[in-house]
Amino acid sequence: MRVMVAMSGGVDSSVTAALCRQAGHEVVGVTLKLWGGESDRGCCSVADVDDARRVADQLGIDHHVFNYSEEFDAAVVSPYLRAHEAGLTPNPCIECNRAIKFDALHQRALALGFDAVATGHHARIVTRADGSRRLRRGADRAKDQSYVLYMIGEQVLASTMFPVGDLDKGEVRRLAAELGLRTAVKPDSQDVCFIAGERSRARETFLGDRIGLRPARVLDATGVEVGRVPAIELVTIGQRKGLGLGGGAAPRYVVDIDHRAAVVTVGEQADLLTDTVALQRFAPSERTWRGAVLAQCSAHGEPQPAMLDGMVLRWDRPTKRVAPGQSVVFFDPAAPDEVIGGAVAAALRA
Amino acid sequence: MSTAPAAVQRTVASYLVTPGSTVYLDHAATGPVRAEALAALQGWLAELRGNPSGTHHLARSARRALDDARDVLADALGCGPGDLVFTGGGTEADNLAVFGVAEAMAARTGRAPVVACSAVEHHAVLEPVHALGGVVIPVDACGRVDPDRLAEHLPADTGLVSVMAANNEVGTVNDLAALTAAVAAHTDGRARLHTDAVAAFPWLDLRQAAAGVDLLTLSAHKFGGCQGVGLLMVRPGVPLRARLLGGGQERDRRSGTQNVAAIVAMAAAAAATEAERDATVERVAALRDRFVDGLRALLDGVEETVADRRLKVAGNAHVCIDGVVSEELLFLLDRAGLCASAASSCASGAISLSHVLEAMGIERERGAGAVRFTFGWSSTDEDAERAVTIVAEAVCRLRAARPGRATRPAFVAG
Repeated sequence: MRVMVAMSGGVDSSVTAALCRQAGHEVVGVTLKLWGGESDRGCCSVADVDDARRVADQLGIDHHVFNYSEEFDAAVVSPYLRAHEAGLTPNPCIECNRAIKFDALHQRALALGFDAVATGHHARIVTRADGSRRLRRGADRAKDQSYVLYMIGEQVLASTMFPVGDLDKGEVRRLAAELGLRTAVKPDSQDVCFIAGERSRARETFLGDRIGLRPARVLDATGVEVGRVPAIELVTIGQRKGLGLGGGAAPRYVVDIDHRAAVVTVGEQADLLTDTVALQRFAPSERTWRGAVLAQCSAHGEPQPAMLDGMVLRWDRPTKRVAPGQSVVFFDPAAPDEVIGGAVAAALRA
Repeated sequence: MSTAPAAVQRTVASYLVTPGSTVYLDHAATGPVRAEALAALQGWLAELRGNPSGTHHLARSARRALDDARDVLADALGCGPGDLVFTGGGTEADNLAVFGVAEAMAARTGRAPVVACSAVEHHAVLEPVHALGGVVIPVDACGRVDPDRLAEHLPADTGLVSVMAANNEVGTVNDLAALTAAVAAHTDGRARLHTDAVAAFPWLDLRQAAAGVDLLTLSAHKFGGCQGVGLLMVRPGVPLRARLLGGGQERDRRSGTQNVAAIVAMAAAAAATEAERDATVERVAALRDRFVDGLRALLDGVEETVADRRLKVAGNAHVCIDGVVSEELLFLLDRAGLCASAASSCASGAISLSHVLEAMGIERERGAGAVRFTFGWSSTDEDAERAVTIVAEAVCRLRAARPGRATRPAFVAG
């Protein structure tokens, strides 16, 4: 097969390329240039391109750089900014996978005559008895990335490979070391590749440079002001820290964000519990959305039983609210490692 | 963060592609070293050579070789040998021209002059001009600066104007004589005119074309010399402050031991270029025409970016191809053995939309399928013929794979 390997310059995609090569495929490595700007630590810095190119060279495969920075800005960064502006909690990795890695890049690979695209994600693809394909959790549960890949449709899965999905991370690093790859001890990448620097402050700086950040009052359930936050755009449902609350008392959580009035309401953990989640942007598009599922609300969250009923997910037991903008991913109760699909939690307040 | 594996010692031969398998149409990026230059280089490097700044007989011999090379290059440019400053390539020469003149003028008058350049300059000029807060002069749809409209864009206190002799991307030639006159008239003779002639030298006799300019940049590897060596011509009386300070070589204008071997090779390449320029221009223009005409005969939707070939240097074929994205086309061309390029490449090797096409007013959709094929003195009939077939096949394949898509993918966000 002719396989295009998306090489980020990290250890997982380096080993992916090596495994594809070992399997006898004709392999070409590509690195996506996604972001033009300041981040030099993210997944598309010149240093990472260098690492990817040197690994490709070591493996004896061709390496190219594809520029998707315009598409990335339109499909990932701009929606990320607009979501924060609207008080949502976006997941840019999911949007990148949706629009870039498993759409634009995939289409390009097929147009260029490749049979498949391989990436270094920790996930697996299963073929079921009826011949259909499904995404499955990676063998290393701690590194499993199926949550951020739920949107991949069957047609794309049919020409996708996740060679390191069968391995745990330790094995990946051991293979990289055995092969003498320079990325063997490179640290895992961070969450938001286009934001440089230390996490919490960096996000605030990044957003503050691009959108207006507004201070907000923090009220308790009785309407008494108990604190203040510098940027309501950075507050998330369920958040506990960084709310300017005095210590000592029982932990309090964000249970409501009134973006328009610039008011954050905090309450007890029990106030976060809810029976339903309103959903939108279901994916992949070919699935039907009805029946029992195990629903997972964050990258490494614990799946909980629920019923899908049209655009609404009904939890079997009251469950912590999902921040609007976050994705909910559905696993099959009959095969709890297999992904049926997912959707994005809708904003409750318009 | 990555650990370097043990460095691999590879032979030069291991980098070579199978001979005969490549169609090389990227001469504007770099070209083959001419036999005369290679002979000069090898001859020079084969022996112990002295430092040309020294005093003993080996040093004096190196100095003679440098002087001879300087004479040859001065002759090719129609200037005095003392007007040449050897540099480590075109970018250094461009930087020296812009910063060197601006700083020298500022030191002399106590006031920083305005610097200006055309919007389609190489980044080696654009970035220094940006750094000095300079003026960018618009170009017409063909990429030329209009001498009659120069006055509209130049402040009267302009000290330096930089306009390239021929554009490296689309190949358009500027009328330097008219620009020289316009700059002089508009600034009462105060402003100096620099021209980046890197893309022009293989095709134009600069003794005539650039007779009136005050400063001129050349880069050796664009005409059969080595990479990493070039020169700045500075006419007598033009103020210039050095950027590299040290031993005072190049008459205090550029310190550092000269790369004598590369300079000797550059002179040999320049002499060969001069000797056969007329014949090469005629032959290569015919090749270029054959390629573009052949492509247009086989494919719909192939437009020449500058339609009037008389405005261009002989080796340049720049086309915008409907229904393909240049990044994808170049990938397939490369796999078929054809080397070409799109816009400028950035540090990571990705292709971004070109500032040249933008300045010419070419819409993004059209520019998305822009590809530059550049022929050179070593190009052959077979190159042109094979290129037509390879490009036509790749374009057909991409159009078939993406029916109905004539532009870059557009993303609906959110």
